[in-house]
Amino acid sequence: MLILECPYCGIHADETELENGGEAHLTRATVGASDEEFESYLFARANPKGVHFERWRHAYGCGKWFLAARDTVTLEVFATYCAQTSEPPAEVLKAIRAKHPDWEGSA
Amino acid sequence: MKRYSAFAIAREGLRYHKGWERAWGSPEPKKRYDAIIVGAGGHGLATAFYLGKNFGITNVAVLEKGWLGGGNTGRNTTIIRSNYLQDPSAAIYEKSRSLYETMSQDVNMNVMFSPRGVIMLAQTHHEVRGYQRTAHANALQGVETTFIGPQKVKELVPIINLEGPRYPVLGGLWQARGGTARHDAVAWGYARACSDMGMDIIQNCAVTGIETEGGAVKAVNTSKGRIETGKLALVVAGHSSDLAEMAGFRLPIESVALQALVSEPIKPCMDVVVMANTVHGYLSQSDKGEMVIGGGTDHYNNYTQRGSFHHIEETVRALVETFPMMSRLKMLRQWGGIVDMTGDRSPLISKTPVGGIFVNCGWGTGGFKAIPGSGWAMAELVAKGEPGPLAADFGIERFREGRFIDESVAAGVAH
Ligand SMILES: Cc1cc2nc3c(=O)[nH]c(=O)nc-3n(C[C@H](O)[C@H](O)[C@H](O)COP(=O)(O)OP(=O)(O)OC[C@H]3O[C@@H](n4cnc5c(N)ncnc54)[C@H](O)[C@@H]3O)c2cc1C
Ligand SMILES: [Zn+2]
Repeated sequence: MLILECPYCGIHADETELENGGEAHLTRATVGASDEEFESYLFARANPKGVHFERWRHAYGCGKWFLAARDTVTLEVFATYCAQTSEPPAEVLKAIRAKHPDWEGSA
Repeated sequence: MKRYSAFAIAREGLRYHKGWERAWGSPEPKKRYDAIIVGAGGHGLATAFYLGKNFGITNVAVLEKGWLGGGNTGRNTTIIRSNYLQDPSAAIYEKSRSLYETMSQDVNMNVMFSPRGVIMLAQTHHEVRGYQRTAHANALQGVETTFIGPQKVKELVPIINLEGPRYPVLGGLWQARGGTARHDAVAWGYARACSDMGMDIIQNCAVTGIETEGGAVKAVNTSKGRIETGKLALVVAGHSSDLAEMAGFRLPIESVALQALVSEPIKPCMDVVVMANTVHGYLSQSDKGEMVIGGGTDHYNNYTQRGSFHHIEETVRALVETFPMMSRLKMLRQWGGIVDMTGDRSPLISKTPVGGIFVNCGWGTGGFKAIPGSGWAMAELVAKGEPGPLAADFGIERFREGRFIDESVAAGVAH
């Protein structure tokens, strides 16, 4: 059972209380974007083996969206953090590098 | 290759079974092949088989990081049907279903194809309307299905409870020619036939890098060294994004865990396949007597081949409601596989941004049934460099062009 701490209400919620929203930190394609940019925003995914930044909603709790850094191979959770950021904060990257010193960062 | 037959069994029976030969070779990789297929699951092996059979291309290697059939091909609940909604899906799945009918003869291995019939239960009014629509679409596509009422469902499945408290059975979509087959035998049969055509099936050989030159594939690096090729087919299901990254492009794929479980063996009690999509439960009885049960997918990216326990609970709860006798059964084993989900729940059989590299993936929760048809279509793509009629609509460009083959609305879930 996957357990994530909601950064807003501090509850350690298990996955039946949460909703997954897919890859985080995507730049939204908008008016004037090309077909390729829309395709990439809507469908192309990193889907990495290893460190994954993703969106979650505390659906049956406070209802808010937050972000998590998680390992898709070991299911280890490095950190959860507020969604009001366009890239992972320094302390999240530090938590990842503490476990994976040679991690090259997300593409 | 010595042929398998009733006569061969009798002959070997008389000489202590000493005359059986190895079913397939275990060669070291050559320096170069005309075509390399990554992934010895059903789809990769079927691609190799039809490259040889339909196009005479036999200087082929199939590279497998584990053992052949050890991916989703050996982990699935083996439901075979072709009652899809959209025309391109119906075409390839029906081709595939019909190839299953002659597969045992084609590869000279008994794959135990059992066309026992498949019912998809309608347990909400939405499903009743949806399946009636599918039955009409299937009539136009030349796929034989009928919408049946609850009494007919009860005749076909005496152990069913029509009056479940949450989801009473309101009818079902019946495909009499659907059924099951033995998954391992499908992989083994193709492997043996490919090996017999002179192809190299190389197990314990993980692809770790892809070399390109001038926008085209040149070689792969593997745990058994560097191997050159001009044509590379990536057929690795849940691992497709990983291989695509090695070649420098992204796919519209996410990898998630899907689980299945089996009960202790019991006497024959159900001779058709039953799918209950609203409650995420799929059920058939194996020849050994076990009830084979498929569940739902987890909703987050995962490469562990383990799923979350609450999905098992959900599936079992739903099945007990619809099949009350299940409450007395002990479950023996549970396992998971990593399935490759696309945005429209339809597969990719496609060229890629890199010359000479082709992908076949995105079969997600329902690609066992598609193995022969997919191999047939993929072999044509790899041999000619352009898709034939079965594969044409399944290119990656459909996501840019908005030409989805939307099976997610049609089935809600798919197996
Ligand atoms: C629990 C479960 C139930 C299912 N039930 C059904 C069902 O009832 N009916 C149905 O039609 N479908 C079902 N499916 C789906 C079906 O199993 C798959 O769609 C199908 O088996 C995919 O076959 P494949 O050959 O593409 O992939 P796989 O069989 O997964 O083969 C891919 C192979 O690639 C290898 N590989 C990966 N990376 C590398 C690398 N770097 N180098 C070398 N080799 C590599 C893997 O080891 C693997 O053997 C189910 C799936 C699961 C998990
Ligand atoms: Zn919360």
